[in-house]
Amino acid sequence: MTVTVRVPTILRTYTGGVSEVAARGTTLAETIDDLEANYPGVRSRILDDTGELRRFVNVYVGNEDVRFLKGLRTPTGDGAHVSIIPAVAGGA
Amino acid sequence: MAMVAARKMRRRILVSSIVLREGAFGNATGLSCRECGHVQDLGPYYACPECFGPLEISYNFPAVTRESIERGPRNIWRYKELLPVPADIEESPNLEPGFTRLLKAKNLGQTLGIDNLWVKDDSTNPTHSFKDRVVACALSAAREFHSKVFACPSTGNLANAVAAAGARAGIKTVVFIPSNLEQGKQVNSAVYTDSLVAVEGNYDDVNKLASEIAGEEDGWAFVNVNVRPFYAEGSKTLGYEIAEQLGWRLPDQVVIPVASGSQLTKVDKAFQELIKLGLVEDKPYRIFGAQATGCSPVSTAFKAGHDAIRPVKPDTIAKSLAIGNPADGIYVLDICRRTGGAIEDVTDDEVRQGVLLLARTEGIFTETAGGTSIAVLKKLVETGQLDPALETVVINTGMGLKTIEAISDHVGVAATIRPSYDAFAESGVV
Repeated sequence: MTVTVRVPTILRTYTGGVSEVAARGTTLAETIDDLEANYPGVRSRILDDTGELRRFVNVYVGNEDVRFLKGLRTPTGDGAHVSIIPAVAGGA
Repeated sequence: MAMVAARKMRRRILVSSIVLREGAFGNATGLSCRECGHVQDLGPYYACPECFGPLEISYNFPAVTRESIERGPRNIWRYKELLPVPADIEESPNLEPGFTRLLKAKNLGQTLGIDNLWVKDDSTNPTHSFKDRVVACALSAAREFHSKVFACPSTGNLANAVAAAGARAGIKTVVFIPSNLEQGKQVNSAVYTDSLVAVEGNYDDVNKLASEIAGEEDGWAFVNVNVRPFYAEGSKTLGYEIAEQLGWRLPDQVVIPVASGSQLTKVDKAFQELIKLGLVEDKPYRIFGAQATGCSPVSTAFKAGHDAIRPVKPDTIAKSLAIGNPADGIYVLDICRRTGGAIEDVTDDEVRQGVLLLARTEGIFTETAGGTSIAVLKKLVETGQLDPALETVVINTGMGLKTIEAISDHVGVAATIRPSYDAFAESGVV
């Protein structure tokens, strides 16, 4: 299962400055494991010590926030697009 | 597709090397992570490289006196020594927002049973919302970072403020809004810029897109994304002004609308800074947050006693508060609990009633966010959460003419009559 992962600026030190990388995995957890294998250090930036998504990281599969899906168990089918984005927001 | 690939390649080659001038950010000294405390130099950064946590600006404040502030201009730059802006900020074209009126709200107070009530009316800013404050600080940062594009994702008010400030500053603006936004807010942006982009989705979708663009395009200053730490500091001026306009003292209670939660956290920061600088007496104050029930993740967490926010899909007429995944929500929880305040939410019908109540008691036409604050204020009194005997300030963040659709079906002419005195007398209007 080839997944395209969009990498935020602050993680590009791990990907040689590249903003989009390919990974393999049938779930988000597997995809992150595969990222870690190719870009060591990435996982601990995305996940906390308990293995959960860090509070200020938003991860999307397609256009959907995985917190509205199955979290790390969210399926990442062939051709899926994963975006990792710092949680920021405007508004009042 | 070829164009997209070419842009990505260019992004890989581009390396931002920004040379900052001396004093570019005034008394600001660095960016520290609010989660893990990691410190880094001032720059167009918004997330901690260690844990993705939000970044906060640190300062080394000089001695500041009430008199030195009072000698300043009647806008936010009177507090420039407390903001991340250069000493010569007034020389650069900007909208000069702030120092809006603090109105004694006697009629509204009597209606709600509050003895001493004030409305901080930020609808009188240049583009009619508090966003002019934060955008002025973001514009200064964009200038110092030599940004070529000034941009934002927005629920409307921010789009208006960015487009207008960019026009005055002579910098290219691009603003992104949800495509279902009220017409008033669309026109109020489009009039200043030819680059208003309507995105099919809600605010959180627009925000995600903006974050992705900020990561791909070099030289863009997204006010509430990559220059967010500088931008957010502008909201402190609401807190400074409330204290100064009350005669250099803090109110007992403040009611503030909550979208991302940034404004509420910055009013608290402002009060704490004024205490530390010895500009006001150190006294207890209570901060209350206001949300619409259709987008109330922070209120829900507060009532449930949770420390984490569960994101929601917004469904409310208070579109400027419709942020389903509020970045500062957990800090809002901390502040409201620490100060003995609370967070409440109200239905869309109550929001409309809040708009009408403020208009008909004080002559202020607020937008739906302000209607939310007024309705929450009413609910807080009725439920005994807010003490009606204490001095209270409610913040009106924006202007009702921008969200006229929300209220237009609920108000209108009382009678249509022939042009004669008899017809008027028979109409029953008076």
